[in-house]
Amino acid sequence: MKKVWEVYPLRVAFASIPAALIVSALAITLLPPSVSFWVSGAVSAFSAFLFVAYAWGRHAGGLLVAPAIALLFCMNIFPLLWSFGLSFFHYRANRLAPPRFAGLHYYEKVLTDPVVWDRLQVTAQLVVLTVSLQMIVGFLLAMLFAKQFPLRRVLLILVLTPMMLSFVAVGAFFRYYYEPTFGLLSQAVRVFTGEPYVLLQSTAGAIAGIVFADAWMWSPFVMLLVLAGLVSVPKYLYEAASIDRISHWRRFWNITFPYVRSLLMLALLFRTIEAFKLFDVVFLLTEGGPGTSTETIAVYVYRVSFQYFKTSESAALAYILLFTVIVLTNLYLYFANQRNRT
Amino acid sequence: MSATDKKSLADRLGLKVHSGVGNAGWGRTVFAAVISFIYFFPVFWIILTAFKTHNDALAIPPKFIFTPTLENFVAVFSRAYSAGAAAQDTGFALYFFNSVFIAGTSVLLALAIGTLAAFGFSRYPLRGNDTYLFIILTTRMLPAIVVIIPIFLMFRVAGLSGTYIGVILLYTAFNLPFTIWMMKSFFDELSPDVEDAARIDGSSDRRVFFKICLPQVKAGLAATAVFGLILTWNEFLFALLLTGVDTRTVPVAMAQTIGGDIGVRWGLLAAIETLFLIPVIVVTFMLQNHLLRGVTFGTIKR
Repeated sequence: MKKVWEVYPLRVAFASIPAALIVSALAITLLPPSVSFWVSGAVSAFSAFLFVAYAWGRHAGGLLVAPAIALLFCMNIFPLLWSFGLSFFHYRANRLAPPRFAGLHYYEKVLTDPVVWDRLQVTAQLVVLTVSLQMIVGFLLAMLFAKQFPLRRVLLILVLTPMMLSFVAVGAFFRYYYEPTFGLLSQAVRVFTGEPYVLLQSTAGAIAGIVFADAWMWSPFVMLLVLAGLVSVPKYLYEAASIDRISHWRRFWNITFPYVRSLLMLALLFRTIEAFKLFDVVFLLTEGGPGTSTETIAVYVYRVSFQYFKTSESAALAYILLFTVIVLTNLYLYFANQRNRT
Repeated sequence: MSATDKKSLADRLGLKVHSGVGNAGWGRTVFAAVISFIYFFPVFWIILTAFKTHNDALAIPPKFIFTPTLENFVAVFSRAYSAGAAAQDTGFALYFFNSVFIAGTSVLLALAIGTLAAFGFSRYPLRGNDTYLFIILTTRMLPAIVVIIPIFLMFRVAGLSGTYIGVILLYTAFNLPFTIWMMKSFFDELSPDVEDAARIDGSSDRRVFFKICLPQVKAGLAATAVFGLILTWNEFLFALLLTGVDTRTVPVAMAQTIGGDIGVRWGLLAAIETLFLIPVIVVTFMLQNHLLRGVTFGTIKR
């Protein structure tokens, strides 16, 4: 016997869309915003429910994915589109004036702004330095912990702790460590030179300070991913290798590395994306200084949107940024896939 | 699971030397201990600072030996806001509860939804599968600052700002991309042989998922949960703008402690961070077994 929800065809689900649109439009015009929001939400949920009910038992893949896509749509994609729309209007979040259409004005402004290019350079510098340092340190740490040894679990937790600190604490405490009078670094240097050491006053020093704090915090992340790859290597492959008397170097490249590579790639991808958005540590540690020499693009976007309240300009800026990251990621994934196929 | 539970304490701490190919012995322990302590030192210093008086924290040269005090830990929960005033409750107990509740719920929710989605993406590819995955990844690429204004406006209209459900849903969405990508890579690595065998023996798709695939990716689940927890636990910017007085999380409250007219109270800040660190360390230590024992891939030999 067919179940009730298996009887009706796809038409019904599609028919619910215009109905939902009409109901939401009526609700928005007739009811106060806080009520109409929930009414239109309920109607679209009902419409979505009809699609789900239709697909039940017929399209497993779509159904498994649906809840995740729906939530991401509400909480991420919809706001993204909204701010994309805002980037074409004159709009300031701290004014009540209704948005006026601006066309591509803000994109033109941002792309011709030398300040933006300068911030992008700073960001690129920091990303390259911090991510490469993280990959190297993370990989070395993973190699250190790849084998079993007594007390390994306890020591591993010690290494993982930096990652668990909050950004607020890392920013604040590295400031405390770099502090010229009573900071640990200055004190340590004073033992040798006899005078206090001010790390954050020079550009190179500030960059080094940020890179050190960020890489220190996130190398364990890379380590964990690499370690997950390392422990996944089947033991019998190593046994076979030791029977065949294969050198350590070849054993590493032919057995270990292929298992680690995909996770290493994933780590690189995620860390690069995160480093591109580097904000909290920079903001708390140097506030972009000295001058603007360590002001990353994320800090700049923050200043434009929350200190100068140029909402539209910051949205346009962010979209150019997003576009850059997407292009770079695509190139990266393309090359990663190419290498996997060969 | 049962084998894990019955492990002795010595084994849990990694004291027992395991025999096998990958064993390096006590020599490695010494080497790793030195590296680990150097790496851990900044955190160690934070913990040390939590037990110092204000004068000790600012001492020149830095004090390694001092009389430990618990006054900072007391001050986290109740302190006088101005000199001579009576000590007041700071509300930190509530903030700790909020952090636990919000982070816990949203990580579990993201894990449930994300694992299903990852399984779907891995086993039943849709048309344009890679496009979907890429769009999901894209949502993590934009600086949070840009989506914050629309989300803020949206939450205000919907009456969600300052409520638990709003923040939890937001954090769930915030964790989803990572969960999906991570779990998909784990599902992709599984050997299809066992699944096929189970299907031939007449197992339903649901059974294959719960009884065969899920147990094999336990390590993946643990790792993803730990990452999600760490990110959510420490998230600052969304929490600052979207939580109210009653739903405020610890990082926001911590940042408010930094601002003050008598300079930063480092001891107090260190005490907050030390307390705040304990739950994450405990969870990580508990899940570490799954995280690193390699239950996943090594067990099934092709």
